[in-house]
Amino acid sequence: MTEPPAVGAEELKVIPIRHWGRWVAAVVLLALLGVAIYGMAQAPVDYASIPTYLHSDVILQGLWGTIVISVTAQALGIILGIIFAIMRLSKNPVVTSIAWLYIWFFRGTPVIVQLLIWFNLSIYVHTVSIPIPFTHMYLFHESMNDFMTPFMAALLGLGLNEGAYMAEIVRAGIISVEEGQTEAALSIGMTRLQTMRRVILPQAMRVIVPPTGNEFINMLKTSSLASVTTYNELFRSAESISSAKLNPIETLFTISIWYLVLTSIATIAQYYIERRFARGSSRDLPETPIQRLRRNLFTWRRPKIPNTSTHTAVALSGVTR
Amino acid sequence: MTTPPASGARADRTAGPMVKAEAVHKRFGRIEVLKGIDLEVGRKEVMCLLGPSGSGKSTFLRCINHLEKVDAGRLYVDGELVGYRQAGNKLYELREREIARKRAEIGMVFQRFNLFPHMTALANVTEAPVRVKGESKGEATERGRALLERVGLGDRVGTYPSQLSGGQQQRVAIARALAMRPKLMLFDEPTSALDPELVGDVLDVMRQLAEDGMTMVVVTHEIGFAREVGDWLVFMDEGVVVEVGPPREVLSNPQHRRTQAFLSKVL
Ligand SMILES: Nc1ncnc2c1ncn2[C@@H]1O[C@H](COP(=O)(O)OP(=O)(O)OP(=O)(O)O)[C@@H](O)[C@H]1O
Ligand SMILES: [Mg+2]
Repeated sequence: MTEPPAVGAEELKVIPIRHWGRWVAAVVLLALLGVAIYGMAQAPVDYASIPTYLHSDVILQGLWGTIVISVTAQALGIILGIIFAIMRLSKNPVVTSIAWLYIWFFRGTPVIVQLLIWFNLSIYVHTVSIPIPFTHMYLFHESMNDFMTPFMAALLGLGLNEGAYMAEIVRAGIISVEEGQTEAALSIGMTRLQTMRRVILPQAMRVIVPPTGNEFINMLKTSSLASVTTYNELFRSAESISSAKLNPIETLFTISIWYLVLTSIATIAQYYIERRFARGSSRDLPETPIQRLRRNLFTWRRPKIPNTSTHTAVALSGVTR
Repeated sequence: MTTPPASGARADRTAGPMVKAEAVHKRFGRIEVLKGIDLEVGRKEVMCLLGPSGSGKSTFLRCINHLEKVDAGRLYVDGELVGYRQAGNKLYELREREIARKRAEIGMVFQRFNLFPHMTALANVTEAPVRVKGESKGEATERGRALLERVGLGDRVGTYPSQLSGGQQQRVAIARALAMRPKLMLFDEPTSALDPELVGDVLDVMRQLAEDGMTMVVVTHEIGFAREVGDWLVFMDEGVVVEVGPPREVLSNPQHRRTQAFLSKVL
């Protein structure tokens, strides 16, 4: 398709267009980058201390805290998101209103405010308990101070907030699945719940997964706000070091590196998870970068001709259909 | 599967009809879509429904397996009221599980196939036997393979729907419905979304099914199929049954003007 015409191609010399503008832009940008790096290098920052901070105990503890709170809060958010999305699609007006109210409140107030509300709740509420009706017994009974640990406050603050966003994402996924799928599932005798679990949600995943990946990457960063509940995560670790050593820039650079590592790993994971859920939706999944690398490493010559020709055949039949 | 038909006549009316509709009414909001349908489909019979767009054919079919709720009248499948239980002179709505159990005994094939795109052909077929009936995976897989073989797709068990042609998808959809060993099969324009050269394969499968003694209600515009395979041809228009009769009679000698007008357009 994009190949030059075969006839007489070897006799003609092709002179490609010279893109002068691109060269100029590249040179200017590289120069600016150089100036920025030079400026940073000249600044009185103790770069040599950063590698030590990177694996210091305090920072590693904070790193672990960030991972734990991000994963648990995101998990809570996903579970709540699925529940509230299904509630919003319910036929019962009370159920839909409650779901709407939840989303309205938790999406409409800043996370930091929600975190502080949970954190401060123990000042006003002294016990949390779930009484068993008509008895004097409790299913759950604990003093608020024991219940609302920094972790709990951070989990509720971040998780409930995330649930509101996830509810909208999951809802968009569910309504993206054709009505015919539900009918087919019901017609073979599935219940509504089975239909949701086995037929609708797996297909909705294709729409749900990409924004959820972004949500998780956001969560890795937003979890720094959990420091206001005195929960021990990266940002709080950085603050505790810098307040002792009075070197904020070095510690902030240190945790920035860790945040970049975490978000990069999450980005790669997102890529593979998206591939997994694209199953059945496209005829030919493209190779992953690793597969491509492996193929290039282990095949010294160009890929065999029959191989490529079957690929084109599949692609062509896909187009003509 | 179903026992082979008794020699000669396919109809077996000894045990009462498989489907019986008495004055079935259905409305969507203010529009009345079914205005009193009376029909009977005997065991092992094939009834073909014909009629202009919007006449209520799909709606009637969907009422039979309770995908739509009937507003008035009675609808019986295999002698049992659809969607309700009668006690004295009161009707009690069935619970979701009970409705699902009854739907499991009725197969349905859709115009747009509605295969589950995230499952292979075989998984589409084994899903309900395993999840709904609780059959073992091994048992369901064996039968699923046999069913795909039967619809001519024995070599496509591991293929996803997006990699199958429309005709192949529809045959998988038929196999999926058959996997539940239904006593009744509903077809809603099963070949309307297919390229002309793919229609034949699907109709062949349906013809074979009819020969094996399956009770079928088929909404179709395939006049040839209706003539050869159908025991009854029903012409519907504007929510009423205009004409019922053996296909050859209705097609060659339509009694009603509306039937004549419609047939002159499609024949
Ligand atoms: N869920 C619904 N809500 C509102 N109106 C509906 C609904 N389903 C069907 N209708 C209306 O009911 C009428 C009959 O629809 P139905 O699908 O039964 O027709 P049909 O005979 O199957 O037509 P076609 O040949 O086009 O499939 C149409 O006017 C349609 O617009
Ligand atoms: Mg229809």
